[in-house]
Amino acid sequence: MVTVLTDVRHARHIAEQVPDPELPMLTLADLGVLRAVEMTGDGTVVASLTPTYSGCPAMAEMRADVAARLRDAGYTRVEIRTVLDPPWTSDWITPEGRRKLAEHGIAPPGAAPHHAAGPVPLVLSPVRRTVACPRCGSADTEETSRFAATSCKALWRCLACREPFEYVKEI
Amino acid sequence: MSDDHVYMTLAEGHEDDSRWAYGTGFEDPLHGVDTTVPEGVDAGRLAADCVALADDALVSAQRLAEWTTRAPELEEEVALANIGLDLLGQARLLYARAGQVDGTGRDEDAYAYFRDAEDFRNVRLAELPCGDFAFSIVRLLVLSSWRLAHFEQLSAHPDPVLAAIAAKGVKELTYHRQYAAEWAVRLGDGTEESRRRTRTAMEQVAPYLGELFTAYDVRGEVVAVLRQVTEAAGLPMPVYRPLPGAGRAGERTEHLAPLLAELQSVARAHPGATW
Repeated sequence: MVTVLTDVRHARHIAEQVPDPELPMLTLADLGVLRAVEMTGDGTVVASLTPTYSGCPAMAEMRADVAARLRDAGYTRVEIRTVLDPPWTSDWITPEGRRKLAEHGIAPPGAAPHHAAGPVPLVLSPVRRTVACPRCGSADTEETSRFAATSCKALWRCLACREPFEYVKEI
Repeated sequence: MSDDHVYMTLAEGHEDDSRWAYGTGFEDPLHGVDTTVPEGVDAGRLAADCVALADDALVSAQRLAEWTTRAPELEEEVALANIGLDLLGQARLLYARAGQVDGTGRDEDAYAYFRDAEDFRNVRLAELPCGDFAFSIVRLLVLSSWRLAHFEQLSAHPDPVLAAIAAKGVKELTYHRQYAAEWAVRLGDGTEESRRRTRTAMEQVAPYLGELFTAYDVRGEVVAVLRQVTEAAGLPMPVYRPLPGAGRAGERTEHLAPLLAELQSVARAHPGATW
């Protein structure tokens, strides 16, 4: 029993270190994509992953890489499961993940929007959002494009230091 | 570990199967998801619903992709391509679910590449040509508002896989609708020319609204959103004029076949090809 416990902790540690293919400064654990690592009675390591966006093209790579890292670490039986429920939210990016994003010049997301039961409201008046520049820290920033190189990011620019930067969107 | 480790992993030899993702078996977007159909759920009906919703998304994604290199601004091109990518992801999940439950075991490629126009069940609004930017925006507004309302309901579907796909889609469709609504207001409340074009687009989508409101009761929510947007834009509400026939029953406009010819040509010319 002790061996199994140690083993599953070690397996979890291995899986947690796998980098995200699009944001390699983050691990899958930092991103909140790795939902669980468990071990079944027959010693199979079961790692559960959830996609960030439905169309995220990196999912196949993430699955392959987690499986490969676990096999390299000596786990011969590895199973990867896709978990869709509950859906990923940017709130699951860990404090460590947010720190790393900012360090790499990417503004981390604020709190994800929540709406009460019933139809999702459409808000047409501009929503004022304050995003601090990850380079100089100024709050004098503006959005240049809500869509960017990957689904999860928007393009912003800092009006103080004049640098453009990426911003991970709240979802 | 170097950052190219993932690529090395994928490129390792897998002699038995060299297709994407290089024989890992991970190309199935529902890999490792419990495939059980709950008791009391009609598998045939569930599969048909999944295919129809996937067809809407695939055809819409293809139309949105046509704006790549041709949108008025680079930012709008990126936005439309990103929205298309979300829809493509939703289509993949829904086709995979359909293949699990309809008894055929078909994969997403079988649905997307190896069915003919008459086998598609998308609503006809999705397959109309892109038209000008105003038409594409108005169509996106209508389709995203309708799909969002529909997916909110489907989040409580007794099939947990469809419910989860829908709940995830709600988050994406919320910002698709936001994007389209903001542009519709900007165009409708813009210059004389942009107002004229947006007004024309509203008239062009009107005949196709009828078939959106048949199966699920989402009309109230969609009409409320369209009213909110048209009022803010100073535009008239599209007047509902029903067209005979329905895309859900397999009736097509002449525009779907050419779209599919482009979408399917490589997969059909080289079945099982590796790239």
